[in-house]
Amino acid sequence: MSVPALSERHDPAPVPPPHPPADVVRLGVARSRFLKQKVMLVLPGIAARTIPPLLGIGLTLIVWEILCSGAGATLPPPSQVWREGKELILDPWFNYGPQDIGLGFRLIVSLQRVAIGFGFAIIVGITLGTLVGQSTWAMRALDPLFQVLRTIPPLAWLPIALAAFRNSQPAAIFVIFITAIWPIIINTAVGIRNIPQDYRNVAQVLQLNHFEYFTKIMVPAAAPYIFTGLRIGVGLAWLGIVAAEMLTGGVGIGFFIWDAWNSSRLPDIIVALVYIGLVGFALDRIVAAVGYFATRGTARS
Amino acid sequence: MNPYLQISHIDKSFARGTAGNDVLKGVTLSISKGEFVSIIGHSGCGKSTLLNIVAGLTPATHGGVVLEGQHVTTPGPDRAVVFQNHSLLPWLTVYGNVRLAVDKVFGKTKSRAERHDWTMHHLHLVHMAHETQKRPAEISGGMKQRVGIARALCMEPKVLLLDEPFGALDALTRAQLQDTVQEIAARLGNTVIMITHDVDEAVLLSDRIVMMTNGPCATIGEVLTVDLPRPRDRLKLTDNATYLGARARVLRFLYERQRRPAAA
Ligand SMILES: Nc1ncnc2c1ncn2[C@@H]1O[C@H](COP(=O)(O)OP(=O)(O)O)[C@@H](O)[C@H]1O
Ligand SMILES: [Mg+2]
Repeated sequence: MSVPALSERHDPAPVPPPHPPADVVRLGVARSRFLKQKVMLVLPGIAARTIPPLLGIGLTLIVWEILCSGAGATLPPPSQVWREGKELILDPWFNYGPQDIGLGFRLIVSLQRVAIGFGFAIIVGITLGTLVGQSTWAMRALDPLFQVLRTIPPLAWLPIALAAFRNSQPAAIFVIFITAIWPIIINTAVGIRNIPQDYRNVAQVLQLNHFEYFTKIMVPAAAPYIFTGLRIGVGLAWLGIVAAEMLTGGVGIGFFIWDAWNSSRLPDIIVALVYIGLVGFALDRIVAAVGYFATRGTARS
Repeated sequence: MNPYLQISHIDKSFARGTAGNDVLKGVTLSISKGEFVSIIGHSGCGKSTLLNIVAGLTPATHGGVVLEGQHVTTPGPDRAVVFQNHSLLPWLTVYGNVRLAVDKVFGKTKSRAERHDWTMHHLHLVHMAHETQKRPAEISGGMKQRVGIARALCMEPKVLLLDEPFGALDALTRAQLQDTVQEIAARLGNTVIMITHDVDEAVLLSDRIVMMTNGPCATIGEVLTVDLPRPRDRLKLTDNATYLGARARVLRFLYERQRRPAAA
């Protein structure tokens, strides 16, 4: 997945065809035998999908254990992480006071910040992208700027955000916003530019007004691009939140890592990393799935 | 009496570049109500440009189009277009594509139930009432073109504009669709302008065939009235003298008088 430059023209990513309808099976005497056969057919497929990743994870853990079990090892092996971080791993929802809460609660705080920052990025990004995408001159004027700004790492925005807002809460949200917005703007604008002349002609013959054109032609036609932008954006937002929280404090997962580092609780950090990775993965998949369902029909035919 | 649709002294040049950009020069044509007119000419001569000018999608450099006493300045549903590549919106179903047009044109004058009936009625006309919930990607090229025709017809246009509507279809599908169009035009009495490069199609469907010279500066070379009774049956026409005469005349125009220097 990449962020296309505004001036290029791309065809929308092809959307896979819908699943073929399942064969209709007649129920009867042969049913149980059929089921058995079916299971025998499906099992190797499941095995082929689940065994390699399990093997991969297992091997990684073993190698890690060996590397970190020696006398001079600086990092804890997985067995130690399990022993010392067991409570964190097994119970994400404990609550023993203001700064002593389960990782689940911390993730929720972080996710709330991401939701606010990313939500603003979606609204502002799609609006700006739509405006920019409609005007060749706006594109020429702003594309270089966007292409440069989008490469700035999230943390680099933080001092500016702190100076502007003088408060760490809005600053952290602003960092999310400013990190996530560029791919959304750029992809939306490219999507708008790539609306085929055919659809514009149809809209003209039907005399759609601006609002109808926006909702009935522009958004659906650009949706595959917009969702690509959102998917990149949500990944960046998640990268940004952890970094921002490490510096701004609070109870989010980012600050937890910083706190654990300051009190030398390395196993806790590793547990938090796993949680962060899993949540980031889930966010990416959720946006991808929403995009898949929202753009099922948008592939050009 | 003024004609129903008057195309007068149309010139069209495209601004970009220098040579060969005067596409149309002095195109004048009057069309009466209910008439079926085909425009035939070699590819690239400016047929689509002329149709787009009538549709209001492209402005003419000089001259103008008057429909029922009104100057054509913008596109509108009174001049519905069936585009060569169907131009259905892929995110809408067959029904949704037609319904969008019905809602837009009759949103204020018909009730919700009437608009549904109106949509289904036109899908029936083009024999597509059985596949209403499919998306364009799931139906054949001929079916897409049928839906495109339904979408245009449902607007009750004063003039129906068809830009090589069957150009991309195989011969059998094309024949079926020609019959459908002929049947609908007879039933509804539509005024139709159809662009084609198929001589048989032009003779079969048209009251008049407008033959265009090659560009640049393309214009109307010859107009042929096809004096055949309707409904026309393609099988019975195969040895009809009027049919064969008209066909020969269009062929002669295209391949003798307007033979292109490097025609394929
Ligand atoms: N938007 C445009 N800009 C510049 N030239 C154009 C444009 N549209 C059409 N032309 C030119 O006008 C000529 C006629 O095109 P067109 O009307 O599409 O031909 P036809 O439909 O008869 O095949 C072609 O030479 C084409 O290059
Ligand atoms: Mg053409």
